[in-house]
Order: sequence, then structure tokens, then C-alpha cells
Amino acid sequence: MMNKVFPNKAALSADLKNNPMLRAEIRKQRVGASIRYIILLFFGLVMLYPLFWMFSAAFKPNHEIFSSLSLWPKEFSLDGFINGWNTGTEYTFGRFFLNTLYYVVPKVILTVISSVIVAYGFARFEIPFKKFWFVTLVATILLPTSVLLIPQYLMFREMGMLDSYLPLYLPMAFATQGFFVFMLIQFLRGLPTDMEEAAQIDGCNSYQLLWYIVVPMLKPAIISVALFQFMWSVNDFLGPLIYISSVEKYPIALALKLSIDVTEGTQWNEILAMASIAIVPSIVVFLIAQNYFVEGISSGGVKG
Amino acid sequence: MYENHRLGLLYISPYIIGLLLFTAFPFLSSLIISFTNYDLINPPEYVGLDNYRYMMDDDTFYQSMGVTFAYVFLTIPLKLAFALFIAFVLNFKLRGIKFFRTAYYIPSILGSSVAIAVLWRAIFSLDGLLNNFLGIFGVEAISWLGEPVFAMFSVTLLRVWQFGSAMVIFLAALQSVPQSQYEAALIDGASKWQMFTKITVPLITPVIFFNFIMQTTQAFQEFTAPYVITGGGPAKSTYLFSLYIYETAFKYFDLGYGSALAWVLFLAVAVFTAISFKSSKYWVFYSGDKGGK
Repeated sequence: MMNKVFPNKAALSADLKNNPMLRAEIRKQRVGASIRYIILLFFGLVMLYPLFWMFSAAFKPNHEIFSSLSLWPKEFSLDGFINGWNTGTEYTFGRFFLNTLYYVVPKVILTVISSVIVAYGFARFEIPFKKFWFVTLVATILLPTSVLLIPQYLMFREMGMLDSYLPLYLPMAFATQGFFVFMLIQFLRGLPTDMEEAAQIDGCNSYQLLWYIVVPMLKPAIISVALFQFMWSVNDFLGPLIYISSVEKYPIALALKLSIDVTEGTQWNEILAMASIAIVPSIVVFLIAQNYFVEGISSGGVKG
Repeated sequence: MYENHRLGLLYISPYIIGLLLFTAFPFLSSLIISFTNYDLINPPEYVGLDNYRYMMDDDTFYQSMGVTFAYVFLTIPLKLAFALFIAFVLNFKLRGIKFFRTAYYIPSILGSSVAIAVLWRAIFSLDGLLNNFLGIFGVEAISWLGEPVFAMFSVTLLRVWQFGSAMVIFLAALQSVPQSQYEAALIDGASKWQMFTKITVPLITPVIFFNFIMQTTQAFQEFTAPYVITGGGPAKSTYLFSLYIYETAFKYFDLGYGSALAWVLFLAVAVFTAISFKSSKYWVFYSGDKGGK
């Protein structure tokens, strides 16, 4: 019975010629596999076509963009990139790129450091009211951030931090994104503690344990946290929209919104060229490190 | 592992400080601000429940709330069903699984960015990609972003397009369903569909629930896509609640009313989440000692 469904190849070949039922079963499986491939290819194409189209549109002259569905430009043109890069402002798009990094990099670094320290505390120590703290951690993940937006804005205004990047990354120094702490705690709980115990007997204190033993073991999870935070921060729009007001400090997200507002959607080749440039870093980072994304998201999700 | 309470507190102290300073304090402050009129220029003025009373007669409030719930109820089932379906198809021993998983995941990585919202505008605008494509079949140009129903559809589709992260979580769950369960069902003569509905789905209900909660909390807060693609229009048909809060507070500088709106959104989400958790008792099955408590 089992062999019919999951045939093993060696035993199969002899049987194959004179067993019509087996042959039918194999055909059925092949048909099943092809249907699956067709489904996957079809939806994959439908989903990714817009992205490919955007990249190709960036190389088309403006009048060609909407006149053909073809992914290959009839008339190859770099105007979109050149004009788009110069932007309608006195700054180039490169400036907006750098601006983005000015807060994304500190954000990622602070998130990693604070989340690791806090997760270590949660996973390895007895803490008074630990259950309560842990519940607040989960609650903050589910809390709609819009309820915090206005008072936070007033706080940062009081501290004179408006139109700077500080409001965007300062809170990260305090492990304020519960999701990452939660992810690291889950990962730490799954790690054996015997190395730490041995090191403790050898006289290591808890900071040494954290730095020399826990951090190296946590490395894959740390990379996941850094990658997710990088992606989310680069994509973030509402944060910069509220806190950054002068164009010289605009990150990519605001610059793109500005360009589409200014041109009222007429210079599509410029806009799409800059949109393409804006997502290239994310795509490259994702393709290089995709396993960390998949591991990170499925360990946080499934074990949670 | 360590008994030292003080040391443990020291390690989580950044979290506690952050919780008090950046979450608890703003959380309570916004409740207080919601009882005031505050425009950033004049000092806040206590007005009691006026903001909430005003809300009861505010057409935009009802419109925005209705649109937000419609958005959530449209996107979440579509997105989760699609994510589960593709995960199910991927969960056979197929060659090239990794390739497809990557391809399907990319939109989730990029989806919430302004760049993609801009692309969406290019696709759904009157002379955009979609109308060009439909034109091949002789369909007349449809005003995707100009008609309320279609505009909602276009914005919804962007979120459904990002089903990849939910799919990856489903796929990991499907792969952890023990093979022996299927073998036993096979001997009993179960069909593929029966195996899926009677074995797979019940075993992964915790993950379905997890995805459901995470996706709904995000969907209730959606901002970038409607703000960039439609600006909330036409006729406020895509004016999601976070747009209303943002514009009230940061465009019209009515911080008191903005806070009141934010608190109502918080309460709506809290009630919704509470109902979800209560209902989970009836349809989420935690197998023995694994997880759940």
C-alpha cells in the first residue's frame, strides 16, 4: 500500500512494465506535480511581474511606459535615472539615500544590543514579577502604535529633537520593539545551557557568559533581528513623515512621496527609476541573507 | 538559571525604562490629552468628554471606522487563505521549492515601502499598467483609483500581495506535521482533501491563530499604502483610521481630538483581539505540552 504512493525507485523498475496500477499511480503523481508547478509559476509571475515591469519602465522614455506591456524597452533611455537622481530639489537622490542610513544604521545597532541584553535577562534569570514583565512585552507587540504617536511627538518636541533623526532611533536603545526581544527569548530558550553552566563553574561572571558564550550562539537570531529591523526601518514612512520636516534631511521614503506629489504622476520614468533604486538594497540584502529571514520569522512564529 | 534577582532586573532594566518612558507614559498621556483641546500653540484646555461627544456626530469618524473594518475583513481572510494555499502547494517534495519560496517572499519584504505604493499608483492609474493589459482584451479603461469600490480593491490587493511572510510561517508549520499522521490516515483510506481538513488544519490552528492576530493588528494600523496611493479618497473610501488620526493631529493640529480618535481605535482593536483570544479556545488546538498555556 505505502509503496504505491511513495514508490522506491529500485523496486519499481522491475514492477513497472507489468503493473498497470503502479503505472497509473506514477502518472497521477506526475500530473499532480505538474499542476503544482503550473500553479506556482502562474502566481509567481503575476506577483513578480509588477516588479520586473517597474525595473524595465525605469529604462524607458516616458511616452513608452504605458504604451506597451513589454519588459524590454524599445527605446533604451537613462533619462529617468539621470533626471530622477537630480530630483526637483537642490539635493541629489544620493543625499536622501545617505539620510536614510543616518538613522537606519543606529536603529539596527541599538535594537540588536538592547534586545539581546533584555532577552538574556528574561531567558536566564529569576526576576521579580517576571510574568508581569513578559505579559507587557507581548502586549506592546499587539498595541496599535497610533495611540502612542501624539504624546511621543510632544515628548520629543519638549526635548527639542524635532526635525532630527533622534526620535526615530533613540527609543530602540530601550528594547522598545517587543517583537525582537520575544524572538530572541524564544531562540535562547531553545539553546542548551550546559556551556554556560560549565563556564560559570570556571568562574565566568554573567557579562562574560553573555559576551563569550551566549552572543556567539545567538548569532543567527541576531542576524535575523538586524535584517528585519533594517528592512522595516528603510520602509518606514510614518516616522520620518512626522519628525522630519526639512528637505535636506529627507530619507528615501519622504523623497519619493515628494517627487510623486511634485510631478503629479507625469514623469513616471523618473519616479519609477528612483523607486527601483530605492528597493534595490532591500532586494540584494534579502537575496544574500534570505535564510536568516525565513529562520527568523518561522522560529518566532511557530514556537510562539 | 540564575537566582540573582538584582542582576536579572539589571539586564531587563533597559526594557523597563523604555516601557515606562516610551510606552506606558505616552499611552496614559494620550488618554489625558483626549480630554483636552490642544493645538500646540495655546496651552491645553480641559474640555471633559467633549471630544468623544463630538465624535458621536462626526460622519468622518463613522466613515473611517467602517472603511478600516472593511479593509481588515477583506484583506485578512484573503491573505491568510492565499498564504495557506501556496504553502500547501509548496509543501510537497518539489524541486525548486527554495526558489519559489524566495520569489513569493520578496513582496513581503518590500510591500510596506513608499516605492511599492508608488508602483501601485503606476499600475492602477487610469492610463496605468492594468488598464493597458485589460485593453488587450478590449476592456475599456477603468478608473481604479477614482471609483470608491475599485480604490478599496486596489489598496486591499497591495496587502494581499504581501502574503509571503504568513506563507513562510505556514510552510514551517506544515513541515512540522508528523508524516506518521498522514500515513495512518492513508491506511484508513482518507482522500487528500480529507487529510488536509481533518489532520493538517487542526494541527496548525495555533499557527493560523498566530498569523491571524499578527496580521490583523498590522492591518488595523495600515497607513503608507492608502496615504500614498489614494490619499484616502475618492470620497474618503480608503480613508483608513490611521490616516484620520494622522491628519487630525499633524495636519490640522487638533491633538486633543486626534488622541481621542487614537484611543477609540485602541479600544476597538483591544475588543477585537480579546474576542479573538476568547474564540481561540473553541478552534485552536494545542497538542499536549507543546506551547500554549
